[in-house]
Amino acid sequence: MDWNPTVMARYLLETPSVAGHGGRLGQRYHAHGDDWIEVAQPWHEGLVGDEETGIIASGPIIALMDVATSLAVWHRCNAFVAHATLDLRVDYLRPARPHQTVIGRGECLRVTRSIAFTRGIAHDGDPDDPVAHVAATFMATTGSYPRVAA
Amino acid sequence: MTLPPYAQLLGVTLELVDDVPEIVMPFGQHVVGRPGYLQGGAIAGLLEVAAVAAVRHALAAEAARIKPINATVDFMRGGRDHVTRAAGEITRLGARIATVTAVAWQDDRARPIASARMNYLIERVTG
Repeated sequence: MDWNPTVMARYLLETPSVAGHGGRLGQRYHAHGDDWIEVAQPWHEGLVGDEETGIIASGPIIALMDVATSLAVWHRCNAFVAHATLDLRVDYLRPARPHQTVIGRGECLRVTRSIAFTRGIAHDGDPDDPVAHVAATFMATTGSYPRVAA
Repeated sequence: MTLPPYAQLLGVTLELVDDVPEIVMPFGQHVVGRPGYLQGGAIAGLLEVAAVAAVRHALAAEAARIKPINATVDFMRGGRDHVTRAAGEITRLGARIATVTAVAWQDDRARPIASARMNYLIERVTG
């Protein structure tokens, strides 16, 4: 399957029969560059973790970054590879502003035969003032990742 | 204890088992990642709800705001199309910081599908 980041991200996030949890959260493709890809998470009431402030729960941020870093791996490989998240660490630098769309940006650092290393940030408008910083690793579940030039 | 709107989106409910809060998440299309498996984010969200419930339970009636500082989630096995349960165990509850380990499992608690270590800032509301 040819990898087109925009088409694949939209397919995975915005096709009702495929989208699952990301679709339920309302995530959609936002943008990409040569070595990064972004997913948007618009604010809505169902994401709220603290009703007094309207600040969204940390779960949707983790879900967003899981998707963004996953897409970054496929973007790096130039292919879709079945994989599973091995671990994901998130530091919440500050709360996301209520009613703002949160953007998750993923970058793939390196792909080995079976493991992919990634990092990412979540921001709500200004990438220089991130909401969260993330590091995640993935494991190819069937076969291996394709060889990627360093 | 009331759960936040996000918990309703996940479709989870709270059960007290031997006075320990357990969060129960039925399987459904809204928590799917790859076909037939739970999405990592949905599992992480479930762990988060369980961790916060554990802190709230420990603080009992005390009014406090619980703010996440960081979370490290390990995924041990794929979550299948079954009911998933999660519970948080408080490692340390200090004046300002709570450290919680949360575990999620399906059929057998001894075979967790994921675990997380989470730090929270506790802002106690006085007066």
